Amino acid sequence: MTLSELAIILLSTVLVNNFVLAQFLGLCPFMGVSNKLESAIGMGGATMFVMTLASICSYLVDTWILAPLGLQYLRTIAFILVIAAVVQFVKMFMEKTSPLLYRMLGIFLPLITVNCAVLGVALLNTQKAHNFFESTLYGFGGSLGFAMVLILFSAMRERLAVADVPAPFKGASIGMITAGLIALAFLGFGGLVSAQ
Amino acid sequence: MALLNITSPHTHGANRTGRIMRLVVYATFPGIAALTHFFGIGVLINVFLASITCLAFEAAVMKLRQRPIMFYLRDCSALVTGILIGVSLPAYCPWWLVISASFIAIVLAKQLYGGMGFNPFNPAMVAYALLLVSFPLQMSAWPTPLPLLSDGQTTPSLVAALEKIFFGTHIDGYSSATVLDIMKQNAGLTLDDLYKKEAVFNGRWAGAGWEWVNIAFLIGGIYLLYKKVFTWHAPISMLAALAIMATLFYDSGSSNSSGSPIFHLLSGATMLGAFFIVTDPVTSAVSNKGRVIYGALIGVLIYVIRSWGTSYPDGVAFAVLLLNFAAPFIDYYTTPRTYGHKKPRRATDSTPRDGH
Repeated sequence: MTLSELAIILLSTVLVNNFVLAQFLGLCPFMGVSNKLESAIGMGGATMFVMTLASICSYLVDTWILAPLGLQYLRTIAFILVIAAVVQFVKMFMEKTSPLLYRMLGIFLPLITVNCAVLGVALLNTQKAHNFFESTLYGFGGSLGFAMVLILFSAMRERLAVADVPAPFKGASIGMITAGLIALAFLGFGGLVSAQ
Repeated sequence: MALLNITSPHTHGANRTGRIMRLVVYATFPGIAALTHFFGIGVLINVFLASITCLAFEAAVMKLRQRPIMFYLRDCSALVTGILIGVSLPAYCPWWLVISASFIAIVLAKQLYGGMGFNPFNPAMVAYALLLVSFPLQMSAWPTPLPLLSDGQTTPSLVAALEKIFFGTHIDGYSSATVLDIMKQNAGLTLDDLYKKEAVFNGRWAGAGWEWVNIAFLIGGIYLLYKKVFTWHAPISMLAALAIMATLFYDSGSSNSSGSPIFHLLSGATMLGAFFIVTDPVTSAVSNKGRVIYGALIGVLIYVIRSWGTSYPDGVAFAVLLLNFAAPFIDYYTTPRTYGHKKPRRATDSTPRDGH
């Protein structure tokens, strides 16, 4: 495990195999919470926290509980449980520390539970047989990429909100078209690092 | 006699969108002339076809949206998009490639967002990138530049060019790899050996033909700077960032090297990008500080995609699109201070700050 391998995992998850734009995970919050920059920053931060923590916890649960007991077939349901617990923890933490952000995120905070990117990162970690540090970094990098595109996208959507978009394309549809064009731009990073 | 009630502004500038866009059109002429000199009549056909179809699609959408057609055609923004598509697609590429590019640029990337002034991405670059991803073979078939043609051979005649474009008739010795292709595929040769082996490097600085095309676009860009069509911030910081990246990672020509700074500045679409794409007033950052950041990041990304990405030889289109994506965010944090306020006010603030 050298420094360059770590850098490759980070680069790969943030840019080349971005969870939203290349693997199409976590599209619901990407479209749902990107109307305002402030809430996108809040959601990005919360998701980063949850995703990193969830990939650590799910790694620990997988190696120390499921694998010794031979219960790998329970993996998906165990991970969902772990994620739900982590989200509940973040929710309580945020309610105490930042009530304003808590109110602004509203329904989207509990919705991190069903953000497929969070479950995706836990399952991909076991699929790729990552060790502890790789799992942590993979979760962190994936969530960093997610937060980055979410925040940039929300700044762009604030501008789209005042654009003279033809009526049939207003709202979510122009958002989807924009997301497609962004994914096209991210193809430019293709081959920057070998597949991870 | 009643006094006429005239409201401000009382003086009028001569700058209209149409005038600015016409200046941009004039500024592309040296570049188009250089391209035509080195690659033949195909460049002009591309530019002509793309301009006509861009204007046609613009008019069609205006008709659909029941807007005044001539008013929007007269601002010439569709014409500029058409010319940029024409010079960025390879000469003698099939006709359907040009028409799809115009459709993508005008309808998808511009009019779906509400037309001139609202498009978040540069229309010509969206078209180029989308077609490069979809039709890599046709999009990378650049014709052989004039200095590399064998003795007695000239660039294709008008008839041959039209046959190639519309019927796909084969032309002998037609396409060759560009310097950026060769540089990307190079493994094992030092730059000196590579320059000796590949005739395409037979130029003064950066390969036959292409260096002069870039210099021609640079001349057009300097004309626009002189006419104050745009400020120096975005293009100069982009070129500076590209040159700095290329200098930092230049190892004086080993087999892993990706070329000298002058090679990067004068190959591919560098100058076209710097003065005609990065300076797009709609899709770039707004403030001067924002434009410096915007341009510099494009320069860095161009170098990164050219040197370390394995998929595409040139990175101008992708780098521009990525920074188009980031431009609203850059704007958000580089809003200039307005007169009378201590702190810059964000455009999206609903509540006024500092005492106003």
